[in-house]
Amino acid sequence: MPFAGYEMPIQYPAGIVAEHRAVRTAAGLFDLSHMGEFFFRGNGAGAALDGLVSSDIAGLEPGQARYGLLTNERGTIVDDVIVYRLGREQYMMVVNAANIDKDHAHVERYLPKDVQFKDRSADVALIAIQGPKAEGILSRVTTEGDVAALQPFAVEHAHVAGAEATLARTGYTGEDGFEVFVENADAERVWDALMEAGRDDGLLPIGLGARDTLRLEARFSLYGNEIDETTNPIEAGLAWTCKLDKQFLGRETIAKVKETGPERRIVGLVVDGGVARHGYPVQSGGAMVGRVTSGTYGPTVDKNIALAYVPTALSKVGTAVAVRIRDRDVPATVVKTPFYRRRE
Amino acid sequence: MSSVPEDLRYSKEHEWVRLGGDAATIGITHFAQEQLGDVVFVELPEKGASVRQFSSLGVVESVKAASDIYSPLSGEVVERNVKVIEKPELVNQSPYEEGWLLKVKIADKGELSKLLSAEDYRAHIGETAGAGGD
Repeated sequence: MPFAGYEMPIQYPAGIVAEHRAVRTAAGLFDLSHMGEFFFRGNGAGAALDGLVSSDIAGLEPGQARYGLLTNERGTIVDDVIVYRLGREQYMMVVNAANIDKDHAHVERYLPKDVQFKDRSADVALIAIQGPKAEGILSRVTTEGDVAALQPFAVEHAHVAGAEATLARTGYTGEDGFEVFVENADAERVWDALMEAGRDDGLLPIGLGARDTLRLEARFSLYGNEIDETTNPIEAGLAWTCKLDKQFLGRETIAKVKETGPERRIVGLVVDGGVARHGYPVQSGGAMVGRVTSGTYGPTVDKNIALAYVPTALSKVGTAVAVRIRDRDVPATVVKTPFYRRRE
Repeated sequence: MSSVPEDLRYSKEHEWVRLGGDAATIGITHFAQEQLGDVVFVELPEKGASVRQFSSLGVVESVKAASDIYSPLSGEVVERNVKVIEKPELVNQSPYEEGWLLKVKIADKGELSKLLSAEDYRAHIGETAGAGGD
């Protein structure tokens, strides 16, 4: 399936459910080379990124990473990103594949001239290994880097299968796991070495289908579904990513929405009697009140789950609504999210 | 390679029919379940409902997508497979046996001539040889 210019499988031969379970119980390997990698360098890089990203980038120590939002002056979401502080004056921002060009232009527009910006999306490959056995498998092929000692959202330089790598304990599955950034030329070797090292642990390659079911159970937003340039972070449930006591694009608007309360909110739904999909109407009292942003069968929770925007008055946990599935109103209940939380 | 048992009739939409007296058992083929991937939800008409040949019979949902299934024959639903509603993965695990969907009282046996033999169905899905159950 073509995805942002890359050929990516929806599923490998094991199938979506088997792949999903492998990540929850053993480990899975993801080729995420389509993601974009922006590099920033210079004395003012940290301060400049702090003004572009909603979260506390100024507070990052070297070797730390943080999730945040690229926002615009209207206080809506240009992209969701992770910013990694690689060195004292050196940062990497990982952006969504479909947004690389847009983000590139956005960053160039606002970045001070004394900060060096390099878009290396086409040259850098990203391989993620996720799941309870990820640490053990990755350790076996890593030298010059302490995989076990790496804290969540920490980043370090390492050698993986002999290749120069940037190694971070980050992911998009709700499991413990790592993301390994390498040069394109090394990607195949690193992939093969990890597959080999994980064979006896049940490591499986994971396609786009299971990537979606895993992130949805963990209630991670998908750009284009839950968030886009029409959504503000508060209604999207991403207030926690907004450091409102600093200056960043759209801060005033976001702060105002937070103060007055949003008109609509994203909620988790459990649907009883059908699978809700992106775009399906949410019904209440015989009228359409919102839309499903993402929906699937969640293999680990063994329920049909969805995220949807509904009016704030209908956003309380326990509220009964319906999802219109093929001309039928199928009962659904607002539930607490994430749908799945890993046991520590 | 998909399995295509010799003793069944097939529709181009990938349903199968097993004849037994006045009733026919209906399901989806091995090829269809392979294309769908993991089946997670099955929606079927109630007992007593009328179905028409080549009209929508219900829906099979995989993790990936929802797919309509079409009735290979006209008639009245006399039984639906409650087990497959509770355990939709039976469609993947045993498409021709435990994963059957409906039993229909056939209204017009003449409609059978519009269905494919195993050999024709194999050609339809682009396979040249092979047979056998699941």
